[in-house]
Amino acid sequence: MCLAVPMQVMTIEEGTAICEVDGVKREASLMMVEDVAVGDFVLIHAGFAIEKLDEEEALETLRLFRQLLDKGMIPE
Amino acid sequence: MKYSAEFRDPVLARGLLEAIAETVAGYRGRMTLMEVCGTHTMAIYQHGIRALLPEAIRLISGPGCPVCVTPVGYVDHAIALARRPGTIIATFGDMVRVPGSSSSLLREKALGADVRIVYSPLDALTLAENNRQQTVVFLGVGFETTAPTVAGSILEARRRKLDNYLVLTAHKTMPTPMAALASDPELQVDGYLCPAHVSAVIGADAYLPLAEKHRVPCVVTGFEPLDVLQGVLMLSRQTVAGEARVENQYRRYVKPDGNPRARAILEEVFSPCDARWRGIGEIAGSGLEIREAFASFDAACQLSVTIEEPVEHGGCLCGEILKGKVTPKECPLFRTLCTPEDPVGACMVSSEGTCAAEYKYGC
Repeated sequence: MCLAVPMQVMTIEEGTAICEVDGVKREASLMMVEDVAVGDFVLIHAGFAIEKLDEEEALETLRLFRQLLDKGMIPE
Repeated sequence: MKYSAEFRDPVLARGLLEAIAETVAGYRGRMTLMEVCGTHTMAIYQHGIRALLPEAIRLISGPGCPVCVTPVGYVDHAIALARRPGTIIATFGDMVRVPGSSSSLLREKALGADVRIVYSPLDALTLAENNRQQTVVFLGVGFETTAPTVAGSILEARRRKLDNYLVLTAHKTMPTPMAALASDPELQVDGYLCPAHVSAVIGADAYLPLAEKHRVPCVVTGFEPLDVLQGVLMLSRQTVAGEARVENQYRRYVKPDGNPRARAILEEVFSPCDARWRGIGEIAGSGLEIREAFASFDAACQLSVTIEEPVEHGGCLCGEILKGKVTPKECPLFRTLCTPEDPVGACMVSSEGTCAAEYKYGC
């Protein structure tokens, strides 16, 4: 039930955003998040944006994964 | 899908699996890691993660499915409200098939009750706006991810001056049952994969008392396969080193203090209360009730109905399964009397229940 879907903000009007993922569009309230702009990625749960993506942290986590590979931890 | 597909890369998954194998190589015995989130349960089954992990790691599911932990008495209350003339029940889909003591909302719907499935509490609000002659009761079930959205709908109902929108709440809060299970002498949990989106609201720091007082390592973990594998890697490193710290694997969405704005909305409308968990029993301070200032939106206060005496179904091991003590296959009803088409226990009803996941993906 706590599933939330990362979606991209397409438009914002009066505290409500239209968000999109894989061609699916959905209205979401921005009541719970601050400083959200068009183009941002947000987590959508039950019609509300509950958090904004921190892109730097996302890239940092991916960098750490790749570092494991670079250490020769797998044969490829 | 940006920042989703990247976290499913099989080459990177192999790298993480190698690192996990290396970490536990010299570990004596088996470590038990518990996830307490239905979405983790599904992700672990869906991606076949158990089969990929070394023998030394046992992954179990805890009480992380809100529908599954909702006591039968609540379902009976919702059924009694559904039978009330002029009432529309609005609910997330999973709740309609949960068996009550003698019926279910789906059965009541077949008998003529007005039960609507909605995606958002805001959709229930629209329903109330479009049906001013009737009373809409939204079933508020869920943890801290969902509770602020329901609180938000109550604030919005007040703003729009809607007097026919009510909520029947069975909301529960997360870190408390984890502490209760950590003190259960029959259950040895070596580490917690902490729920991702609950933590987006409550923050990673909410687990500090669990790590400090109960000495259980906690890692806030995302839902993509690479997230789960990294969460397992972080927990196994702590377990091997004999540490108990809170770490945050899901930093791209979870901050140490979570989302204060969502919590402020939750706290404006709800206050903590004691709550009954199916299978676990009463846990002090683990539920949310509607504050007196918002009592006009509380279905339990506003509508008086006769609720039947709750009867749990005999033979169903949901309670033990929710504590991670028993696996679905050990339940005599699993796949025989209890199936997704004709469920006996809530764990088989909810799409993210452990039994439903085992039925769909287990072998």
